[in-house]
Amino acid sequence: MAGRLYTKSHEWLLVEGKSVTVGITDFAQAQLGDVVFLELPHPGRKLDAGESFGVVESVKAASDLYAPVSGRVTAVNEQLAAKPELINSDPYGDGWILKVELTGNLPTDLMDEAAYKKSTETQA
Amino acid sequence: MVDFGGWELPQQYTSIRDEHIAVRKVAGLFDISHMGRFKVTGSAAIDFLQSLLTNDLSRIGQGRAQYNLMCNEEGGILDDLVVYWGEDGFFVVVNAANRERDLVWMRSHAPSGVGIEDRTFELSLIAFQGPKAEELMPATGLDDLPYFGFRPGQVAGISALISRTGYTGEDGFEIFVSADRVVEVWDAILEKGAGHGVLPAGLGARDATRLEAALRLYGNDMDDTVNPYEAGLGWTVRLDKGEFMGSDALARIKREGPKRNLVGLKTAPGDIARHGATVRGHDRSIGTVTSGTHSFFLGYPIALALVEVASLRVGETAGVEVRGRQASAEVVQLPFYRGSARSAAAPAKS
Repeated sequence: MAGRLYTKSHEWLLVEGKSVTVGITDFAQAQLGDVVFLELPHPGRKLDAGESFGVVESVKAASDLYAPVSGRVTAVNEQLAAKPELINSDPYGDGWILKVELTGNLPTDLMDEAAYKKSTETQA
Repeated sequence: MVDFGGWELPQQYTSIRDEHIAVRKVAGLFDISHMGRFKVTGSAAIDFLQSLLTNDLSRIGQGRAQYNLMCNEEGGILDDLVVYWGEDGFFVVVNAANRERDLVWMRSHAPSGVGIEDRTFELSLIAFQGPKAEELMPATGLDDLPYFGFRPGQVAGISALISRTGYTGEDGFEIFVSADRVVEVWDAILEKGAGHGVLPAGLGARDATRLEAALRLYGNDMDDTVNPYEAGLGWTVRLDKGEFMGSDALARIKREGPKRNLVGLKTAPGDIARHGATVRGHDRSIGTVTSGTHSFFLGYPIALALVEVASLRVGETAGVEVRGRQASAEVVQLPFYRGSARSAAAPAKS
């Protein structure tokens, strides 16, 4: 999918006007292993870029999720409550985590796909 | 891949969930070659092992295996292991992370005439575990092999030592085979099981299945600061066999009663209590979680915790630290799940 941006903490975001969809990357889900639970904010919550907004719990460990942008949560993927494994099976599609209405500008340190891919090659 | 006692092991081959369920419903194949394997020989070998281990080998005989503990003078657990009484000596299978320490310890206590050889790198060990393991083994004549029995045989036409032991709570086999032939045996088992749902299973499935069966993991549930009675392994301590390393201390601990005991906890989905998490009861801290994971098979997280003795009873509610807050945990009977292993009385260990 064109236009996806990535963070150093392995979230992806898709910006469509003011609406930003957020998830975790394929690299991240592979590192985490089978996801069993997500602790997510309620719609309406205001997030600051870089702020921890939730937790993804895999068999291996609990990992914080970080807001890639500042904004207000407009939707949370309700399917994940019953099917957290969507994070593993379809991280860029049905495994999306939340939608945020952007306030302010995009952070400047977001990466495009090529740059992100390069950054993970040195970590794998 | 994760580091496990200095060995690179796959956390999963495909998915921990699928591998875990395969072991419980059909069978899974584990590579457990990381475990240390020693051959102990010599006419004094049995007396030597009797003097260093807590269980009583005179209760078994050739062709049988026994779960055992090796303790220090103070009764702290140095390792848990399985002794196989073979035709020309004993095989001792120890935890990967303890292999070198165990070897030094055993050699430093061995009298002359006892040989201790590390065979870890020439002899591989794989485990085929699950309710359908016997049916799907590419081997014949296994139906009369008793639980904790072993014998030489052929798997897919290759000479191996076949043992009815495991670390999952399921029926199944551990197969000792020459390292240069193990790949053929591995492939043959997977090939025969392919249409039946057999999967290769990694460390994640191994940890989940052993935890459901409440089989202790050295380094997590016990170490040299924990004694066998605290770990709920008093049944492996045979004080009536005569003196052995740690027997004086263990007799005293048994007389006075252990100060802690291991309990099972069940939490709500998502609340995985991890190793080291504080357990609270009666408005105070009473212990720590030693192992915890999400059970895909049971559908909720489970944990073992070492707590003040008699502080928690089955059915009671305790508090446990999860992601920095306190979650509610129900104290449940161990094991969390009883699989197809032939005898539940003698917990298996690989």
